Amino acid sequence: MITRQAAWAALAQVRDPELDEPITDLGFVRKLRVDGGAVHAQLRLPTYFCAPNFVFMMVADADEALRALPGAAEVRVELDDHFTGGEISEGVGRGFEATFPGLADGDLADLRSVFRRKAFIAAQARLCRDLLAQGWTPADLTGLRLGDLPPSPLAADYERARAAVGQPVDPDAWLLTQPDGSRVPAERVDRHLRFGNALRVSVEGNAEHCRALLAARYSDDLGGAA
Amino acid sequence: MYHKDGVSYYVVDGHVHYWNASPENRNKYGEGFIECFYNYQTSLSPAEWIWPYDKFCKYTEQDMIHDLFETGYVDTAIFQPTYLRDFYPGEGFNTTERNAVLKERHPDRFVLNGSFDPRDGDEGLRVLEEQAERYGLRGVKLYTAEWKGDSKGYKLSDPAAYRYLEKCRELGIVNVHVHKGPTIWPLNRDAFDVADIDDVATAFPDLNFIVEHVGLPRLEDFCWIATQEPNVYGGLAVAMPFIHTRPRYFAQIIGELLYWLGEDKLLFASDYAIWSPRWLVERFVDFQIPEDMQGEYGTLSVAAKKRILGLNAAALYDLKVPAEAQLDSVPAGATAGGGS
Repeated sequence: MITRQAAWAALAQVRDPELDEPITDLGFVRKLRVDGGAVHAQLRLPTYFCAPNFVFMMVADADEALRALPGAAEVRVELDDHFTGGEISEGVGRGFEATFPGLADGDLADLRSVFRRKAFIAAQARLCRDLLAQGWTPADLTGLRLGDLPPSPLAADYERARAAVGQPVDPDAWLLTQPDGSRVPAERVDRHLRFGNALRVSVEGNAEHCRALLAARYSDDLGGAA
Repeated sequence: MYHKDGVSYYVVDGHVHYWNASPENRNKYGEGFIECFYNYQTSLSPAEWIWPYDKFCKYTEQDMIHDLFETGYVDTAIFQPTYLRDFYPGEGFNTTERNAVLKERHPDRFVLNGSFDPRDGDEGLRVLEEQAERYGLRGVKLYTAEWKGDSKGYKLSDPAAYRYLEKCRELGIVNVHVHKGPTIWPLNRDAFDVADIDDVATAFPDLNFIVEHVGLPRLEDFCWIATQEPNVYGGLAVAMPFIHTRPRYFAQIIGELLYWLGEDKLLFASDYAIWSPRWLVERFVDFQIPEDMQGEYGTLSVAAKKRILGLNAAALYDLKVPAEAQLDSVPAGATAGGGS
């Protein structure tokens, strides 16, 4: 027996890979129906032409998250109003390449890791921007370890994004690292923070576009399943 | 021309369309495409600038002339064709041929750009030559996510695209506008990736590459590339309307662009008919980086606004700028707006 709350919480773990925000916060869950062990989710997107690779990741992740629920017997995730909606809803269990024969030359692992690295940089930039606003200097940041940070939602989010790229989150770990885990040298800290900030602005701008387009597209049904 | 506080701004709208997305001309993909465009208009425009959907699908020559030149302050507008024949099987969406009809009737108002698709082989090269001769093309607009039968897009670094860029060079087509979209081959790669622009900007240093929508959704990669390639520019279509709905985001986007590219590499554009230039020009001239962000981004000067609104595009397309709007005609004491 699955509760609707449990199914919703499972979907809240699924993130848009590009925006790095939960699909539940973005309004992408249109309907969620739970009946005993049967779960049926309908997803929706800001545009008819959202990139099929990102979309497939979200649908596949939602499918996996719901199947992992104890007691899940029948899980169905459908994608509405998208040019590949039929293919993806049908193909979610078979993998991306098999869903788009002839159009892909591999699965989505590489693309996922690109976006995990970007999410890591953006989360770090968000946290650093906040620390700089509190009076820390760029030079200070290069000497900080995770344990030196006061607890905050931005710090917690950075730890999540670090873990996703396989970097340590213990108190001794250096705060300012590259996506590959190497420490940012003091002489490159300004450039590193500038680039991180450009990435943050890009991602946040994209998220604004997505929210605005979704609201315009579903202006008669803003609440979604929330 | 736009006049404010004693300053004259020469205005080039760097990205305009004269499309036909009427029901007779489109299939279900074309319908999805124009609905997405319409949602851009409805979600990011002031209420008085939102059109009825039917008008948005197919507007008239009179609408366009009125919105750009009679009330929109635009001196010159650059047609950026987007063919989309797989979505608009009738006559295509916004073709060079369709735009040419308006160019013929208003020769001093429009720059007519062409287009090519590297998947068209030798025949496409011949057509490009013909178009260049017939229309005197100085620029082309490319949409890398264009569908063609089973193919869902291409990269500029494909060998076939190199042949076309070599042909552009030979024909005197010096401005290459690139618009990324959601699909590409192979479909498992990031279709929005701008790395191929880095590749061709290095290989063709004598061509200018204007990345439309300033690389969004890959602003950061675009900025990184543009710092290293002197022949890479950013078109501001799609970023501009944030000035209304999210002015603080607009400040950050323009601030990043000024930092990475500089004010001489950015081109104003409305993406008409998604947005109309009148309100964008007015708001942009009045805009200033909010005070609490000026430490990070500095301010937007009158000179920067003049360059972005028209002088940069005028330089790329050899447009004649009236004396009153030249850069050195900014009167002493003119302020950059935004109430600062």
